[in-house]
Amino acid sequence: MSDPILALEGVHAHIGGHHILQGVSLEARPGRATVLLGRNGAGKTTTLRTIMGLVRASAGTIRLAGERIERRRTFEIARLGVGYVPEDQAVLSHLTVEENFRLAMPCESEESARRLDTVFRLFPALKTYWQAKAGVLSGGQKQMVAIGRAFVTDHRLLLIDEPSKGLAPVVVDHLIESLRHMRDETTVILVEQNFHMARHVGTDYFILDDGRVVHGGRMEDLVNDHTVKKRYLGIG
Amino acid sequence: MNALDVAVGQPPGRPVSGRHLAVGAGAAALVLVPLIWIDPTTYLVLTVAGLAMGMLLFLTAVGLTLIFGLMDVLNLAHGAFFAWGGYVGFSVLQRLDALGWVETGSLGQSVGSTLLALAAAAGVGAVLGVVVERVVVRRVYGDHLKQILITVGLSLVMAEVIKIVWGPNDEMVLVPQALQGSYDLFDVVVNRFRVLAVVVGVAVFGGLHLLLRRTRLGLVVRAGVENREIVEVMGYDIGRIFTAVFAGGAALAAVGGAMWAVFREQIHPGMGDENLILALIVVIIGGMGSVTGSFVGAVVVGLAFNYVSFLVPKLALGVNILIMVIVLLLRPQGLMGQE
Repeated sequence: MSDPILALEGVHAHIGGHHILQGVSLEARPGRATVLLGRNGAGKTTTLRTIMGLVRASAGTIRLAGERIERRRTFEIARLGVGYVPEDQAVLSHLTVEENFRLAMPCESEESARRLDTVFRLFPALKTYWQAKAGVLSGGQKQMVAIGRAFVTDHRLLLIDEPSKGLAPVVVDHLIESLRHMRDETTVILVEQNFHMARHVGTDYFILDDGRVVHGGRMEDLVNDHTVKKRYLGIG
Repeated sequence: MNALDVAVGQPPGRPVSGRHLAVGAGAAALVLVPLIWIDPTTYLVLTVAGLAMGMLLFLTAVGLTLIFGLMDVLNLAHGAFFAWGGYVGFSVLQRLDALGWVETGSLGQSVGSTLLALAAAAGVGAVLGVVVERVVVRRVYGDHLKQILITVGLSLVMAEVIKIVWGPNDEMVLVPQALQGSYDLFDVVVNRFRVLAVVVGVAVFGGLHLLLRRTRLGLVVRAGVENREIVEVMGYDIGRIFTAVFAGGAALAAVGGAMWAVFREQIHPGMGDENLILALIVVIIGGMGSVTGSFVGAVVVGLAFNYVSFLVPKLALGVNILIMVIVLLLRPQGLMGQE
């Protein structure tokens, strides 16, 4: 089995005096899509934000391809090849779609042009709205911008936080197809409450509960493990 | 048609805006109404004076609005950069006058002394901006109350240092020969310095507009004004960008101070606080974070101040506060601010 591209070992994090992550240990292997599951408040989003340096880890280690990054600043982690798509369709509303993408591409290369072509193929509507302000797009389109913007750069690892949140089922199905395509090119860690999306995009999973990893393994095993799903995710 | 297209519907059109027409009509009325009471020649002189004053206010306000918009920092020490710029410009002109450059020199020496005074003010303003951002402001990001307290304290300290270095009394400022006198355009007397102020103000506005709209740095700054976290996760060092914007804003305020010193031919240690009040009115009228808003707000304040000070001198500041209150009631985010 290949070495993990990302490994968290006993990571703790506090927000406003609250002990949110209480020793999270997990890893993501290259070329796979790892899904973080769990109830609201389990610590999934905080885990992604801690990996990204947006929340400071108070204890534990985070290694990216063997290099410790838990004391690095956010922009340094991004420059090491970690992309991040925050939750809630985080686009820059006052910029055009083109400007959102231009910001994500520090230099124009053949690779970024190829990736942009892929984004247009996956999300053709973005071409139509290329010069529109991102703020006037629908929720689904904004999510396309947020995900496409992260994908267009050649990241080693892509962290995506609840892309299905607030979207219509038809849009979620389209996103699933797109994310499945992206995971073939980039290692993905996905936080998701929607188990339909999680099972179709994810290859591996970890379940968080009260700031700790309580279960993990192959997604195909979880799909058939009704006891674990019922106990930790509340689904039968 | 795929799923996304279904969810999307038709391309969004540009909304028809009656608001822009209303703002345009209001601006035209503001500019033309004083003609009811003022004869056309005096009106034109006051208009040029108002535009010049507006441009000098713009130089201070634009830094204030960018620092607030990008960094979410209420910097009440911004007036101190303005005052320091005034004193640095004053000192440079004095030194150069000893060499015979300022009041009696050739046209080249006179223009050169003006440019040197402005460059020195900008340089000192930028250095002070870097020091203040790194040593003081960086510690209070995200806490408006602390920002207000610490920047008010800093402004008092910077004014006291001015008194120690230059003395507590008013100083007369030398006016370079090239800027003395007036142009006579069809019986309308236009002070040369006011023309320079308008040229510099418009050039700075145009330059900033190009910087923000046509360069990657401008794109990053505009993005940072909206959401600094997204900018940072894309690999941009927002801390360095904050420092650069703070230093740039301080440098522009200092240039404004140096020009104001020559405009008024007099400086005093409290000049920064007086200017800060007007700059804050400009930023509130124009909208926090908007460069164009600051430009429009500065023109409004400069014109209103000059028209009203001619008609009812005691109401000159009051009318701008009234305009600010009306804007806040009708459009709390300012004329060009984002909701």
